[in-house]
Amino acid sequence: MVELYNFLAGPALWVTFFIFFGGLVFRIAYLYGLSRERDRVFYNHMDARWAFQSIVRWLIPWGSVSMRNQPVFSLVFFVFHVCLLGIPLFLYAHNLLWEEAFGVSLPSISDGLADNLTIVFLACVVFLFVRRLVRPEVRILTTAWDYALLLLTAAPFVSGFLAYHQWGPYQLMLILHILTAEVLLVIIPFSKLGHIILFFFTRAFIGFEMGARRGARTW
Amino acid sequence: MSEELEKPVNTKKIKEILSANDSARIKTWLSICARCGLCAESCFFYLANNRDPKMSPAYKFKNTLGEMYRRKGEVDRAFLRKCYDMIWGECTTCKRCSMFCPFGIDISTMIATARAVCNSQGIVPEGLARTSANYRETGNQMGMATEDFIETCSWMEEETGEEMAGLTIPIDKPGAKYMYTVNAREPMYYPQDIAMAAKIFTVAEEDWTMPSFGWDCTNLAMFAGDRALAGQVVKNVYDKAIELGVQNILITECGHAYRSAKYEGPYFLGYQDGKPPVNVVHSVKVFYEYVRDGRIKIDPDKMIEGPVTYQDPCNVSRNGGLWEEGRALTRLLCKDFRDMSPNKDLNHCCGGGGGYIPMGPEFKKRRMISGQIKAEQIRATGAKIVIVPCHNCFDQIRDLDKEYGLGVKVMSFKEIICESMIVPEKFQPRDEDEEEDEAGGGGE
Repeated sequence: MVELYNFLAGPALWVTFFIFFGGLVFRIAYLYGLSRERDRVFYNHMDARWAFQSIVRWLIPWGSVSMRNQPVFSLVFFVFHVCLLGIPLFLYAHNLLWEEAFGVSLPSISDGLADNLTIVFLACVVFLFVRRLVRPEVRILTTAWDYALLLLTAAPFVSGFLAYHQWGPYQLMLILHILTAEVLLVIIPFSKLGHIILFFFTRAFIGFEMGARRGARTW
Repeated sequence: MSEELEKPVNTKKIKEILSANDSARIKTWLSICARCGLCAESCFFYLANNRDPKMSPAYKFKNTLGEMYRRKGEVDRAFLRKCYDMIWGECTTCKRCSMFCPFGIDISTMIATARAVCNSQGIVPEGLARTSANYRETGNQMGMATEDFIETCSWMEEETGEEMAGLTIPIDKPGAKYMYTVNAREPMYYPQDIAMAAKIFTVAEEDWTMPSFGWDCTNLAMFAGDRALAGQVVKNVYDKAIELGVQNILITECGHAYRSAKYEGPYFLGYQDGKPPVNVVHSVKVFYEYVRDGRIKIDPDKMIEGPVTYQDPCNVSRNGGLWEEGRALTRLLCKDFRDMSPNKDLNHCCGGGGGYIPMGPEFKKRRMISGQIKAEQIRATGAKIVIVPCHNCFDQIRDLDKEYGLGVKVMSFKEIICESMIVPEKFQPRDEDEEEDEAGGGGE
């Protein structure tokens, strides 16, 4: 168990980071190259202001008409993303590890807050999961892979939560926590989760194609 | 269509099209759609068909173009036939869903690409296929001969000249400010549309001309999925404008013609700068400027009193950026303007766009069902007149009026301006006596 932990928290983590960052860079570089060849004409219409608006309006809660039309879903959607990014980045325990490994760390939130946010996050996951099941227009689009990705996204939080509270076998939970997080990070660049970066590109494009050329707001 | 189903599929051709369109944009869109379903509520087909989840935009692109890429082009005719119903029968490429997608996925571009694939196998609505043949043969969608077009113009010039002194319809006048291009149905079935435009240009003392070729600015090939032809059709207009050395190409009250000439044409033709070679303007803007600047004066006594609403054609408003001009002009012409909701760049398609009107009877029933959203919007305004600066919306709303008993009159800006503008003395028709007097007086 300890060996496995050492492996996952050591070499496997480095490989994960390499694939995660390398994969994202590769995907962006590949798509950028392809776009210079096949979508070249659209670069004529690039416009930073419209691109920026198109991105920012979709990052702030209810910043777009679409989100305002479905306020509850949008709120859950927003909280889900904030927790997903915020909890791991600002968790005290993670920052301790980074301080130890790299000598740098981010400010951290209290364990109590992280704990509560995790519950909120998992509630969001349940909401999104149920929404996929009960809304016909979402269910018809949803594949097994979509459910799997959502569960995989939740897995490090569930295992981390259990490990923190020492519910169940601690070491196993910790190992599952690291393992699922690593699997998730490895999958991100090669799946629809690549939207963590590609979101900015697609939003920028539609922002200036509809906005700079026609004045139509895509938010 | 039936005999088409028997023919084998040329997968090599399909693969070529898929490969040529396998751009960074389409790759990204197909791979990041999160299947969130937010696009569904944006689509009038979805809303008008009892929220049938199969009408959601994401479902439509996923099961047409998405599936074509997933199968790497190895598709059969039965599959393409299913696509046919989705890409022509359930989408007008109005682009509203792009405004509601968190990633801004341009679904209409993907539907258009799926149309190109189907078209390459001869799977295309007959109504559109017919126009493609006409474009190829004559350069216009109705197959009208150049002589007939010119004859129609001179007939209108003669007839309208009796109502308005000094009215001419100049053909191929070099260096004019505006080269006025029309929808082929105007010379074919509604020549009075050309006459009305001529009256407006005469009163505004505009420097304008009509081209003897490239006068049809419509581009149904764009909706049929024949991009090479769509490029040729728009090039006819560009080339003539360059040849005549005109300053602007002016588009009649037609939506998709504007989208084609101003926005999509340069893409079809692979112009590096992505811009048309000659500036393209729409009638809504030019007419608005005439009235705003007093080049055309509206008789206050003839301003429309009753409730009026304005239909935002998708390709004039959302895809053309002219929603404010359309409204401002409406307010200058009518006393009681009532806006629809939603509107402007977020308007709903009337259901007649994307080639739907020329697709004909085969699609009529579906068109009436999906038009329910627009019919309800219009009814909610209580308007008695709907101003519609687009030929396809015009037909659709007139059909909706009958179908849903809206009791509205559908009008173009041209018609309203002609009915209410003050015609200055010098353009007033001279009666015979005066003319004789003048002749007798040995005047001019």
